[in-house]
This record gives sequence, C-alpha cells and structure tokens, in this order.
Amino acid sequence: MAKNSISAKRKGYIGLMRALMVLSAALTCALVLFMIAYVLAKGLPHITWGLLATAPSYMQDTVGILPDILNTVYIIIATLAVVIPLGAGAAVYLTEYAANKRLVAVIEYAAETLSGIPSIIYGLVGMLFFCEFLNMQTSLLAGALTLVIMNLPTVMRTTQESLKTVPQSYREGAFGLGAGKWRVIRTVVLPGCIDGVITGCILSAGRILGESAALLFTAGVAHVVNGFFAGLAGSGATLTVALYFYAKERGDFETAFAIAAILMLLTLLINLLAWLVGALCKRRRNV
Amino acid sequence: MITVNDLCLWYGSAQALHHINMAIPEKSITALIGPSGCGKSTFLKTLNRMNDLIPGVKISGEVLYNGENIFAPGVDVNMLRKEIGMAFQKPNPFPMSIYDNIAYGPRTHGITSRIQLDDIVERSLRGAAIWDEVKDRLKKNAHGLSGGQQQRLCIARALAVEPDVILMDEPTSALDPISTSKIEELAISLKEKYTIIIVTHNMQQAVRISDKTAFFLLGEMIEYDDTEKIFAMPRDKRTEDYITGRFG
Repeated sequence: MAKNSISAKRKGYIGLMRALMVLSAALTCALVLFMIAYVLAKGLPHITWGLLATAPSYMQDTVGILPDILNTVYIIIATLAVVIPLGAGAAVYLTEYAANKRLVAVIEYAAETLSGIPSIIYGLVGMLFFCEFLNMQTSLLAGALTLVIMNLPTVMRTTQESLKTVPQSYREGAFGLGAGKWRVIRTVVLPGCIDGVITGCILSAGRILGESAALLFTAGVAHVVNGFFAGLAGSGATLTVALYFYAKERGDFETAFAIAAILMLLTLLINLLAWLVGALCKRRRNV
Repeated sequence: MITVNDLCLWYGSAQALHHINMAIPEKSITALIGPSGCGKSTFLKTLNRMNDLIPGVKISGEVLYNGENIFAPGVDVNMLRKEIGMAFQKPNPFPMSIYDNIAYGPRTHGITSRIQLDDIVERSLRGAAIWDEVKDRLKKNAHGLSGGQQQRLCIARALAVEPDVILMDEPTSALDPISTSKIEELAISLKEKYTIIIVTHNMQQAVRISDKTAFFLLGEMIEYDDTEKIFAMPRDKRTEDYITGRFG
C-alpha cells in the first residue's frame, strides 16, 4: 500500500510538471504566432505597388519606401563587403596561425563581450568616430562602418567555430603530403566549413536588416532614391529607421505596419536561406 | 637511408624521447613496437617533422635523411614531407572525390596537366592495390568507401607524390582482419620500391611483415635488431617480457 501511495504522488508530480511545460511551450508559440499574425494583418493590406516603388513626396502627399528599401540593400552589401573578409580573415589567423593561445583566448573573450553590448552604444561611438572625427557626416557609409564594428565579433566567432569543426586529421593528411599552410587552409579547411561561414554571414545580414538604434545616429533619415555610391555618401534611412520615423514622427501607422510586415517577411526569407545553404552543403558533402 | 643520432624530444617540460639512436635501411620494413605511450608514434612523426604542428615541442639531436639533418635551418619541410610520406592511424581521406584525393598531392607540387594526373591517379591506386575496386567510381566521394578501402586510398594518396619513405602510424588498428591482411600484403609489396617504417601494436604483424624491429619503452629505444632476432632471442629482459606478453 505504502508503495502504491508513493507512486501515485509521483505520478501526480510528473503530470503537473508535464502540464506546466506544455503550458509554457504553448504560451511561447502563441506569443510568436500572435506577433506574426498581428503584424501581418495590420501591415499586409497597406503594402501596395505605389508604396514599394516610389519615393515619398510632400508635394503630392504620397508615401513610398523605395529609397528605404534601396538604402537597406546598400547598407547590407557595404557592411558585408567589409565585415566578411575582415572577420573571416581574423578567424583564420586566430584558429590556424596564432601561436599564443592565451592571447587568442583573450581576443575570443573580448569578441564575445563586444557582441553583447547594446547596439545604441555602437551607434554613439560610430557617430562620434565616423561622423564627427572622420568627418563623414551622417551617411550610409558611416552607418555601414558602424555595423561592421558591431558584426565583426559575430562573423569572426561563427567562422572560428566553423573552422574548428574541420577534423584535425584532414589537416594532418594534407600537411603529410607536403602541402603548405595556406594551401591546406584554402583547399581542405575552408571548403570543409564553408557552409558554416556562409550561414554565419547570412545571419549577419539578418542582424543588419533588423538594426535601427546604431543607424539612427550614424546613417541619417533621408528618403531619396540614389545609386549605390551616391547612396553610401549621403544620409539615408533603412527600413527599420523608416519604420521608426513613420510611426514616431509622422504617426503614420499604416505605413509603419506595412514596413514591419515587409521586414518580417525578409527576416523569414533570410533565415530560410541560411537553413537552405546549410542543408545544401551537407547534402553535397555526403554524396 | 635514415640515421637517427641522439634524438631527444620534449612536450613542454615532459621528455617523451630519450637519446634515440638508430639506422634505418632502405627498401625494407622497420616495425616500431612497444606499449601505449612509449613514444613510438612520437618518434615516427619526428621523422617527417609532423611534430612541428604541435605547439611546445622541443627537439635535440639529429635525424639524417640521405645524409642531411632534417632539422637544419633552411630545410623545406614541405619537400621533406613529400619525400617522407605518411599514413595515419585512422584513415583520413579528404571530403572530396577519390580522384581529387589522389591528385591532391601532385597538384600541391605543381602538376596540373590532366593527362599526367590521370596517369598518376591510376598508377597510385594500382600501387596501393585498390584500383580495381574504385576505377568505376573515381568521381564519387571518398567517404563512401569502407574503412579498409579508405586506408588503402590514403596510402595511394601518399604514393602519388612519389615519396622514398612511407611512415605508417598503426595503419590497421581501426580495421577488420581482412582489411588488415590486405594492408599487410600491400606493405610487403611496397618495400620493393619504398622504405617503410610502421608503428604497430600487433606483434604478430611485426613478425609477419617487418625486416627490422625496434622496441620502445617509456621514451627509450630498448632494442633494435633484425625482427627474427628480436622475437627469437631478445637481448634485453624488458623486450622479452613485452613480446611474451608479460606487460603492455
């Protein structure tokens, strides 16, 4: 009898815990779904061709986010173009070349700390350094460079982690054939982990897409359609900054929600792309 | 061919090899035996300077290869490793096609002509007695092969750079008996053209294939002689204890 009563108590406890866990899981899912559904429901009806394909005009009193879309694309391209070679290069050096392991550990720790700093601080530093000190004014270039600093630790760390997944035995095999260090890295190590590197970069693109605080300070809020280089030189709002601008400065929540819906879809797309690249590379390697 | 004079090696402050002296004859198989941690693998990897890759390794003494000290400044390590190739304990084909695995070495050393590469790939795979098994799937990923096939592929990959010496670090310890005997046959056939130094845990293997055997214990080379002598009448008590299975 005593045995039975313990097991009944235990059963109740297990049941309770399970119920609580199911509840928290359900709550989490519900919150996310609610967010997505709410933004899409509020935003999708306001996405029109006119909104996507024109610049805003005070004269005709129309709203368009074409310049913001372009600015977002420009800033992603400019940031990645600088941050990928820099971050991947640093990672290769730290993992494959650096002999002082203690220094490497310090740098890794610093990089991890840096990636946890609130982005508005990067914005402040970027504004003082790039816009004021280097006299770039508020421009997409200053914004992109600020985002480079912000994303550098992440790109470096994800690349490093991918490099570490390549088995040491591959390196030994290549060295044993008389291959030099750079050849080993180029032909054996990098191809072995390129999917991880690319995935890291795509996720960085996602972070750039979503960044607003750092850009408010550095990239400005202009809404003019420009080419790539002219765009970089001048002030310009990205989608997230435009979202802030429309909602806060103009009280135009229809446009704000339309932008929010677009951002959400883009984020989804980017995550999907990262997943796809990973899956593709894995499949190619297992033929 | 290879002469080792008073070789000592330290990992940091721990000494792993103590005053090793030996002369390894060419076109023969030399087996290195001894219990785990006795320094035989460390010694093997010293011969083509693979230990350079491990931080904190310090070496004194000399290893003469064709009369030249391999630790001398100005020695091209990559050329040394081309001359003294290596097969590892665990088969480690690169994650690429069988063809590209074999062609990796020659390409590294500047051969780009397709015709030449085709020829080298076929010769190397034949040399490692695996050509017939893979000739129809050269473009397939090497990781699809069995463990034994992968190990012979790795030996073929080493042959492709035309080495003089092949170091084998327990090449059969991860393989089944049939694959093991294939590798052993291969080693015996290779000694016509190459000098082979093999680390093994398996004393029968040393008896079956090697001409000379060196017994290592705690970083020292205790005894080095013709294999028959070592196993029939070892001079040192410790060698006798080891080969009769009293420890190890």
